[in-house]
Amino acid sequence: MDSIKLYFKYFRFNIESQLQYKTSFIMMSIGHFLITFIEFLGVWVLFERFGNIQGFIFEEAALFYGIVHMAFAITEGWTRGFDTFPKLVRLGDFDRILLRPRTTVLQILGHDIQMMRIGRFMQGLVVLIWAIFKLNIEWTLGKTLLLIGSIIGGNFLFSGLIVLQATLSFWSVQSLEIVNSFTYGGVQAAQYPISIYKPWFRKILIYIIPLATVNYFPAMTILGKSDLLSFSKWIGWFSPLFGILFFIFSLSIWRIGVKHYTSTGS
Amino acid sequence: MKAFISIIRIRFNLLLQYRIAAIAGGVTQFFFGMIMIMVLYGFYSSSDGEMPMSYQSAITYIWMGQAMLGMLPWNGDMEIQNLIRTGNVSYELLRPMNLYNYWFARAFALRTAPTLLKSIPIFIIALLLPSDYKMHLPPNVSSFIAWILTTFGALMISCTITNIINITTLYSISGDGIQRLLSSIVTIFSGMVVPLPLFPEKLKQILSYLPFSGLVDIPTRFFTGEIAFNQLLGYFCFQCLWAVLLYILGQWILNRKIKDLIVQGG
Repeated sequence: MDSIKLYFKYFRFNIESQLQYKTSFIMMSIGHFLITFIEFLGVWVLFERFGNIQGFIFEEAALFYGIVHMAFAITEGWTRGFDTFPKLVRLGDFDRILLRPRTTVLQILGHDIQMMRIGRFMQGLVVLIWAIFKLNIEWTLGKTLLLIGSIIGGNFLFSGLIVLQATLSFWSVQSLEIVNSFTYGGVQAAQYPISIYKPWFRKILIYIIPLATVNYFPAMTILGKSDLLSFSKWIGWFSPLFGILFFIFSLSIWRIGVKHYTSTGS
Repeated sequence: MKAFISIIRIRFNLLLQYRIAAIAGGVTQFFFGMIMIMVLYGFYSSSDGEMPMSYQSAITYIWMGQAMLGMLPWNGDMEIQNLIRTGNVSYELLRPMNLYNYWFARAFALRTAPTLLKSIPIFIIALLLPSDYKMHLPPNVSSFIAWILTTFGALMISCTITNIINITTLYSISGDGIQRLLSSIVTIFSGMVVPLPLFPEKLKQILSYLPFSGLVDIPTRFFTGEIAFNQLLGYFCFQCLWAVLLYILGQWILNRKIKDLIVQGG
């Protein structure tokens, strides 16, 4: 309980300090909004040219897109500390964190909370709302909760990936660009329904980096489509929980990493 | 002139030292290329209409974009930007040579050395992939020659844009927002995200007049043989014209700023 209170304190300080430079903050947020909007332009271009992708129309793809980008925007905002963690190790600053009587995870999360990621979040939201208006979905309470659940689940899954990425820096002080491809590449891959991919790549997205559980299965359930790749019908309803399980799993790997930590010295 | 050539040589040798970083970057590019190709595969296999570009050429196009990413002006020269942020840029002003040309020489090395390291392994792997993902060699020698020449044209445009990015740091110290926006404009309008021939007709028309099309689109379409060799002169002149215009623009905004430059720090 105490930790949660502390986290919110961190949260408030971060926001206050970022709002000190209001113009810069607003510009950065608008910048993020426009950048993700340009990315979305790429998706639009392809649909404009081809009409559909394996039976999915642009509006349906927009639903997938919105869910993934909102989830990832939340992740970028609250796990920035883990994202820049290799630097903390390289400079030896992690030692200080170990000395304090609070968990490492809490301190690193509180270290940097980036509010300007609201730009990507808003863009995802705009796309999602547009998709919802265009599509004739029969909304029920269950589906609404599922939509929110899949965004939260997606956030935890991406956060888990970022924590794993940070954990690697216990073994290699070099910042590894390669691991970035799992997060950013994952966002790229999951913004389309995974059924469009070849079976071998689908399997990766279901079993290894389980992005399908927070995106494809729930979104298909919301759309009322039945092609669940031979999984049973109920999977869409609670597959977003896998995102949270993945996050818990990442944290346990993180703990192993912390035990393994040797300072860079000085 | 001699001074500029030795700057290029020194920077080039220095940048070639970062082999591991280049390879890591290459792996990331490869990963993204695969995702893009799989998405394109999904689109191409769900439409039987006539496309302005064959699937084969589209794959080659994607690989070319990924392999040559280092050559695109998607970021500025980190060292110059740091000099500006710390105020050490004043030393640069003392050098007995044209500042713009000095930075241009650095940009030239920045855009060539890492690209050489990265692109060759990507080309080799992309050429050896199974047929659904495979990059294809140019149909004849003249396409290859045209590719080499227009790639040089692309490099000139790229260096002038890189320099403009460097100079914008003089205008706004953080400059982060504008630069990211610029880099995403460069990536989409050059054809890196979606091949330009797939864009809607009107938009395609507009984009073909912008300098960005000279970065990826023109060299690649010569490579795949979509543009005939006899049009080489026209396209190459188009690239040169933009390079000269951007060169003059860069010189102008730099000189305007230097007159009333306020140096940071003490």
